Amino acid sequence: MDFNDKPEEATFRQEVRAWLDKNAERRSSERFPVAPDESDESESLRRAKEWQAKKADAGWVGLHWPKEYGGRGLAPIYTVIYQMEEANYIVPRGFFEIGLGMAAPVLMAFATEEQRQRYVPKMARGEEIWCQLFSEPVAGSDLAGLRTSVRQHGDEWVVNGQKVWTSGAYYSDHAILVARHDPHVAKHKGLTYFFIDMRSPGVEVRRIKSIPGRSHFCEVFFTDVRVPDSQRLGEVGEGWGVAVTTLMHERLAVGEVGGAGFDEIFALAQDVPMNGGMAVDDSAVRDRLADWYVQTQGLKYSRYRTLTALSRGEMPGPEASIVKVVSASQVQQIASFAMELLDMGGVLDAREQTVANALFQQSYLSSPGSRIAGGTDEILRNIIAERVLGLPPDIRVDKGVPFNKVPGGMS
Amino acid sequence: MNFDFSEEQKLLADSARKFLGERCGTDVVRQILDGDEPFDRNVWKGLVELEWPGTAVPESYGGVGFGHLELCVTAQEIGRALAPVPFSSSVYLATEAILLAGTEGQRETYLRRLVTGETIGTLALSEASRTPTPNTLSVEFREGKLYGLKTPVPDGDVADFAVVVATTPGGATEESTSLVLVDLNAGGVSRERVSTIDPTRSHARVVFDGAAAERLGPGGAGWPLLERLFDRAAVLQAFEQLGGADACLEMAQEYAKTRYAFGRPIGSFQAIKHKLADAFVKNELARSNCLYAAWALSAGAPELPVAAAAARISATEAFQYIAAENIQTHGGIGFTWESDCQLFYRRSKLLSLSLGSSRRWKDRLVTQLLLRQKAVGDEPGGAESSVEISSVARA
Repeated sequence: MDFNDKPEEATFRQEVRAWLDKNAERRSSERFPVAPDESDESESLRRAKEWQAKKADAGWVGLHWPKEYGGRGLAPIYTVIYQMEEANYIVPRGFFEIGLGMAAPVLMAFATEEQRQRYVPKMARGEEIWCQLFSEPVAGSDLAGLRTSVRQHGDEWVVNGQKVWTSGAYYSDHAILVARHDPHVAKHKGLTYFFIDMRSPGVEVRRIKSIPGRSHFCEVFFTDVRVPDSQRLGEVGEGWGVAVTTLMHERLAVGEVGGAGFDEIFALAQDVPMNGGMAVDDSAVRDRLADWYVQTQGLKYSRYRTLTALSRGEMPGPEASIVKVVSASQVQQIASFAMELLDMGGVLDAREQTVANALFQQSYLSSPGSRIAGGTDEILRNIIAERVLGLPPDIRVDKGVPFNKVPGGMS
Repeated sequence: MNFDFSEEQKLLADSARKFLGERCGTDVVRQILDGDEPFDRNVWKGLVELEWPGTAVPESYGGVGFGHLELCVTAQEIGRALAPVPFSSSVYLATEAILLAGTEGQRETYLRRLVTGETIGTLALSEASRTPTPNTLSVEFREGKLYGLKTPVPDGDVADFAVVVATTPGGATEESTSLVLVDLNAGGVSRERVSTIDPTRSHARVVFDGAAAERLGPGGAGWPLLERLFDRAAVLQAFEQLGGADACLEMAQEYAKTRYAFGRPIGSFQAIKHKLADAFVKNELARSNCLYAAWALSAGAPELPVAAAAARISATEAFQYIAAENIQTHGGIGFTWESDCQLFYRRSKLLSLSLGSSRRWKDRLVTQLLLRQKAVGDEPGGAESSVEISSVARA
């Protein structure tokens, strides 16, 4: 048992670190670092694109992709090593993950060679941004229940309907889309997968204001949007299978949820006076701190187990499936408890009026979203129970029923 | 990164599971539950023949000379089988105490007989229903003799000797606490088995009235020694808890797949699914914490107190949760004497208390985290990362 990289991994890590040291600012060790100012969105986007191009030119994007699409054909462990190192630096995040994590693998698997050459390198350099048109107002956890319709007219398809919770639709150039070509067959069988140009006539994007306020989430409306048949990915009626591949990539991409963690609540408990001492001296506080520490370390060492599997060229074990379900709730609990430690003042949420740059208040407001995005707590538990523990699937009343006959489906 | 047991250690686990599967099914555990025997002599004899008690004892004292990683692997299988044997008392507590604090003479005397199973040892700390602390201990060690009452002492009815945590006259402070070795078969000791929540592991009430005893480790060093001993024992016992939690979850899974209600397997209901998914999550968190603690123990890392507490707390949480929810998953049948649910339910509570309650371990964990933070300045996680990068545990 050891925690060291294999020699070739260590060399790679050194290279990554040396490059990052030269090109990015290392994260400070302050307890509550101030988040970078992102109030000017176009400026944030410009910086992100600049960083992505630099990174791609240096060969750090798509490490495990085939060389012909700009990758380096490396094992997945190297992507993880790069991510671990990059996490220690202040770099723009959040614009390219959907494209690189989901759209690129799907294009590489299902698009024509010409399309791959056209789209993947531009995606890698951040020149074009992709979003994912999956969820709908009535199809979230039950994604296959989506209703956005697509009808074939010769060499073209025509899309009508609405998507929701699309991250970054307002600055995206292209999108992956699942839509229903046939409501008269069972729900999974009537779906087809496409990619579209977000600037096509008939695409309308509206931003969503979520609980924390400003967000990257959007609603996207389609009115007679024309998509060439050449932009279909996979066969007609095979959309669900293609989507499942995409979601598998998403699950690998969705890691630990950001926000208030153990280090922050531990620091706060040492700063807040309570009963003549500090909060950290109080036994009820210690009890909670210990629980969160143990969870945090459990996740950390679960990641080490995953890394071990990847380093051996094996698939990660089931331990990888617990990360989000544990960390999203933990952020919410820690944020809520921290505000209780601050007592009546805990409600103040302006950075300059409270502690920790309002990290706890922000986490309190944003964490419910983390418990939903990328699979709700409930769906994740179903997945663990069915795929890991082998429990039988739930009874589905819509199974085998034509979608237009399903209660609450399409009439 | 190679954060896993080695192939050899996994083979050891497989053979341990096979042995216990053949010799120590739940029918064997139930015989101890229902009968008068304090432990299963057949299982004990078998695991002694396999040299399990000497797993982590150096060859110079007759042991196998493996390390603690191998002992962790074995402990997990013992926990999985709910083996009714005095392994934890004799190995994690008595053997470890002598390895930790024994003089050369004491090691020669005790270790050789412990590894052959000829002698069973234990640790006597608890004094009935109060939390043992240096200030509350009443068993006294004076002029080479012991006086007072310890209860419950795990395997105290069958052990040949005990490491006793005692105070010296005028004492009842941390500096006055000592560990002493006492022959339980000698004069001045009377003992009787006591009834506990888990009859598959026997316990005794032991009265010392002038029993001859000798120091283990320097006088007055008893409390810090005990804490070090508990850090080691906690890791090993956490593996037992983890093994028990795994076996218990498998039992619940199996039942949920085969029991029908409302025309469908109950495992297809989300109320059951989510309960068992939560159990899985707890088990995995415990497994990862246990693995790290196993490394810290085997490497003698300064992180051991923190790692041991984390493993202990998470394994306790995991085993207690599934032991209770396994009964709920079973419903009425799970509440009967005939069901094996009770075996896990009883054992999980016993193990959660036998090295001190979670409340105490959580308190100790936070204390250790504060100490560590002080040692490395105010950089959260600073100590740990440096330890991990610089240390390499033996494979």
